[in-house]
Amino acid sequence: MKQNRASAGDTILRLLTFLMAVGVVGLIIWVGWEMFSSAKESINAFGWSFVTNRVWDPVKQNFGALPFIYGTIVTSLIALVVAGPIGLGVAIFLNEMAPGKVRSLISFLVELLAAIPSVVYGLWGIFVLAPLLRDYVEPWLEKWFGFLPLFQGSAVGLGMLSGGLILAIMILPTIAAISREVMAAVPDSQREAALALGATKWEMVRVAVLAYAKSGILGGVMLGLGRALGETMAVTMVIGNRPDILPSLFAPAYSMAAVIANEFTEATYNLYLSSLVEIGLILFGITLVLNAFARLLVWSVARGPKGGHLV
Amino acid sequence: MINKKGKVLTGVIAGALVLALVGCGTTTPGAPKTPANEAAQAVTLTGAGSTFMQPLLTQQIADYSKQHPNITVNYQGVGSGAGIKQVSDNLINFGGTDAFMTDDQLAAAKGGKILQIPMTLGAEAISYNIPNAPNELKIAPTTLADIYLGKITNWNDSRIAADNPGVTLPNLKITVAHRSDGSGTTSIFTHFLSAISPEWDSKVGKGTSVNWPVGIGAKGNASVAGIVQQTPGTIGYVELAYALQNNLPHALIKNKDGKWVAPSLDSASAAAAAFQVPDDMRVNIVNAPGATAYPIAGFSWALIYQQQSDKAKGTALVNFLNWAIHDGQKLAPSMQYAPLPSNLVSREEAMLKSVTYQGQPLLK
Repeated sequence: MKQNRASAGDTILRLLTFLMAVGVVGLIIWVGWEMFSSAKESINAFGWSFVTNRVWDPVKQNFGALPFIYGTIVTSLIALVVAGPIGLGVAIFLNEMAPGKVRSLISFLVELLAAIPSVVYGLWGIFVLAPLLRDYVEPWLEKWFGFLPLFQGSAVGLGMLSGGLILAIMILPTIAAISREVMAAVPDSQREAALALGATKWEMVRVAVLAYAKSGILGGVMLGLGRALGETMAVTMVIGNRPDILPSLFAPAYSMAAVIANEFTEATYNLYLSSLVEIGLILFGITLVLNAFARLLVWSVARGPKGGHLV
Repeated sequence: MINKKGKVLTGVIAGALVLALVGCGTTTPGAPKTPANEAAQAVTLTGAGSTFMQPLLTQQIADYSKQHPNITVNYQGVGSGAGIKQVSDNLINFGGTDAFMTDDQLAAAKGGKILQIPMTLGAEAISYNIPNAPNELKIAPTTLADIYLGKITNWNDSRIAADNPGVTLPNLKITVAHRSDGSGTTSIFTHFLSAISPEWDSKVGKGTSVNWPVGIGAKGNASVAGIVQQTPGTIGYVELAYALQNNLPHALIKNKDGKWVAPSLDSASAAAAAFQVPDDMRVNIVNAPGATAYPIAGFSWALIYQQQSDKAKGTALVNFLNWAIHDGQKLAPSMQYAPLPSNLVSREEAMLKSVTYQGQPLLK
């Protein structure tokens, strides 16, 4: 009798949790399908030219996603280039060098960065970062690196550089936290072996820790990239919102998430709406693929791979 | 541990994405139906659309509800485009829009004939940030169009100087600011540029979002005002209320009669009064004639079905709107909206009287 009840409870639990798990999978498929069917009109109208067309003209009903894809990728790359090394440095310091109290304080503060709402970052970007870039950083960059097309043009403060830097701050905690977790998973025997062979602290970190954890760290970076790609509010407040492809990092640009947020409410006809949904679909696809890739990398280190040479 | 963390993160990211996407796809369902025979009982009206008229409408709703506690009006500022769509699909009791519905949109409406009732009137100021420049710089419409077309790029351009004798403008690059979100403000501004510049009309055109030849986009009036305030050399268009409340310098614009006019509630009303408004109320009042008319102004409309399907709601709706175009207009000036011209109000009242439920007019 008692046994029966227990096994009935187990069955119900199994069923319930199974339904929840299936529900999440179903939700993803449903969202993907709904987006695909809503984007159908635009897909039929523009085909592949949608991703190569540089014009976004709601008046003349001509839509192309290339400027948004470009803006999204460039700002995300800036974010990775800036936040990657810093995040890794934070993780190395916290994991390998910091004394206990400092470690918990700094890691708390770093993770606090992740809790700040993105609209607050956007406001900070408009009122602090943009004027700073306009008055000091961009003129300085132009003076010393102006021979590169990346650093030419008039400094307004709103553009890809500010967008990228805001994103860098936002993804820093993700990269730092995950890198730290992965490094903490490196067995102490690895470190001790390196030290026993006479390695300095840096050599130990490089040979034993980073080499061991590199795919996991890369996974963390990819998750940061995932956040950067989809970030909307903070980016739209500082990127300048201009669907154009310009080489200068000072120039205004536009991101995929930002254009959807900006224009969705006033998309007055179906093709317009459908084109916005198709941009969402592209973003959805990119994020899904990236996240899957990141998960694979994190898995591969968590399963306990061999240490090796850091390339 | 890593495994779990990763899973949680992915879950959170996926969840947020899913929420965001689902949010995009769904529309607000209409309020639950109350039986028609419970008239004068609690009635809830749902409206959605233009954010431009939202502050005024919210105040009007608050005042009206004090006098009529049984009537609740929920208005969601979701944007004109979404307002039009939700009215067409018959999901809400009334919509709000800054750009009147086109013939195609009217034909697509599911509930029959839609009446477009002007609710308020707004003007847009052209604001700028030039160090040591006077407050009321004069900018001719064609000069404005060429600035926004990217043909005039410096404040010391001879065409700006020609309209401002005695003013020395610096050698400063012009940064053009515009709205990045689709908006009625942009619609009015681009209608104006299209009206005065054939080149703008053919190259760019008019709408709630356009393909801007130059400039940077900012979300909302507040952001455009913010960029103008912060960035030397910037020009931008903002709703009058923002320019007045933030004390932004604003340009005098030459109107159709060749007079330099400052943006104000009076000059916007003058623009509205100068136009012969057609019976369906669909009119753009940009570039209005008349010595005191300000050329960059526009109406906001409420959208309702002429044939109402619910007596209680229909009655409450027409009574509320009738109050809003009469007594409700008294709230307008203090909130920087221009009151509707009185000749228009009487015509709008006649429109509201044509609203029926099963052939019976609802407004007595």
